[in-house]
Amino acid sequence: MAAHGHSDDGTDFAHPMPLPVLFGVFFALVILTIITVAQASLDLGSFDIAVVMGIATVKACLVAGIFMHLIYDKPFNIIVFLSSFVFVGLFVIFTLSDSKMTSPSFEPKIDEPAASAEM
Amino acid sequence: MATIDSHSSESETHDEHGHDHDHPAWLAHHFDTPEQQFDSGKLGIWLFLTTEILFFSGMFCAYAMFRMLRPEVFEGCSQFLNTKLGAINTGVLLFSSLTMAWAVRCAQTEEYKKLVVMIASTLSCAMVFLGVKSIEYSHKWGMGLLPPGSYFYDEANPHPTAQQIVDQHGFSESTAYFLTHSLYYLCAPFALLLIGVFAWLVWAKVTDNKFQYACAKPLLVVCLSFFGGVGLGMVLESGGGEHTVAHVDGDHGAADAGHGHADHEHAEDAHAAETHAAAPALDVESDDVAMELLAESDLNTGAKAMLEAKQAQTAMASGQVVPPGVEADMGIATVEKDVQTKRQAGVFFGIYYCMTGVHAIHILAGIGVLVWLLIRAIRHDFNRQYFGPVDYVGLYWHLVDLIWIYLFPLLYLIR
Repeated sequence: MAAHGHSDDGTDFAHPMPLPVLFGVFFALVILTIITVAQASLDLGSFDIAVVMGIATVKACLVAGIFMHLIYDKPFNIIVFLSSFVFVGLFVIFTLSDSKMTSPSFEPKIDEPAASAEM
Repeated sequence: MATIDSHSSESETHDEHGHDHDHPAWLAHHFDTPEQQFDSGKLGIWLFLTTEILFFSGMFCAYAMFRMLRPEVFEGCSQFLNTKLGAINTGVLLFSSLTMAWAVRCAQTEEYKKLVVMIASTLSCAMVFLGVKSIEYSHKWGMGLLPPGSYFYDEANPHPTAQQIVDQHGFSESTAYFLTHSLYYLCAPFALLLIGVFAWLVWAKVTDNKFQYACAKPLLVVCLSFFGGVGLGMVLESGGGEHTVAHVDGDHGAADAGHGHADHEHAEDAHAAETHAAAPALDVESDDVAMELLAESDLNTGAKAMLEAKQAQTAMASGQVVPPGVEADMGIATVEKDVQTKRQAGVFFGIYYCMTGVHAIHILAGIGVLVWLLIRAIRHDFNRQYFGPVDYVGLYWHLVDLIWIYLFPLLYLIR
């Protein structure tokens, strides 16, 4: 069954993922999840967010590359997908720098007393 | 192209296709080859996923902004999210991604039975995810961990009754009932669905409709797994050691709090020109030990504030006469200022509900298309030249998983 359709005669465009690869990726993802949860109890200081996002990105790459079949996909599809992250990056960076510069001027650091703020 | 055409017509002999032209039913007129059809669809779904990422990026951006401005609020509020439930949900979604990828493989290799099983397992995982999610949501709604405006969490009384929500927080009675019984409301649509699918199953069996019976059977399992998820969430939620201790503390304080509140009210009403007799002072002394103990924890701002208020009252009660028109500091005015989190914590939960809620809506949409896939898979619609729909839905499903992979550490794992 596994040989079936796997470019046996060159006319088939289907590319079934071998099961061991799928299982391998799944277990890698589970192990990475356990590592993320475990590291939350360690104090890594300011590296914390970088470590968390790094692990999440490795997981995302595994899902996108293998489960979503991206590493065997047409280059154009890869470009389309990855280009979205370029725009997300621009969006987030500009918005963050803007809010960092302007927020203190109109954002009080402390809540008003309950009487005026609530209800 | 010629080879593909001959190939496809040969694999299509069993199909009843009434037209007089020579393409198989699953190949649209405007495509030359199955591969062309597949590639067009795939480009389309990738473009759709691109818009999805841009759509979610708005929420991630809001998250990043508020976390940059108020990191301490995010750290504090993240303690209310149950890491165990989040981790279980991550595992469930990862497993559903595995079964989805496996389903795509089965469609490509024409293993029909396995394809149905894989799609049904993906659906079941989606339902378990929603079941656990509804436990999380209903738990938080009952505690008043809501977006700003409706946020009413009180450290001293984390699980208020409906009556308390009405009296102390100014909600209408129906809203208060909804907040305290939200789990039933969240389960109701799925219970109706379960009953409907069960009726359909029985009806299909009675009328001996084999195809509908084959569709209803896996769907019944899928509906049941929602309640499996609810049960799993309940077990994990009640088993959370640290969490329950905090609750016990809170409940312990609750009785005192109610008592204390009454005291404040009384004091404010009577502050005009009343000497407090010895009775309340005595009461304060007996309670003080417990209050001091509670107030030792930095987290328990409610107890702290109450202790301060009580001390202020004791001072007031020590024979002092307050003439009318004089502003007397009864301690209560400083309480809210010390807590200072109502609005800010509300912002965290606003972002939390927005991100996880939109993600849950995507799960619901995924369930919709997966049911469609399930029925088509039972109908044997797919073959090794026409597996596009399975692949496209798979890509969408993996994207939903991908977003959760980022949401989980960003929301649940902040210290």
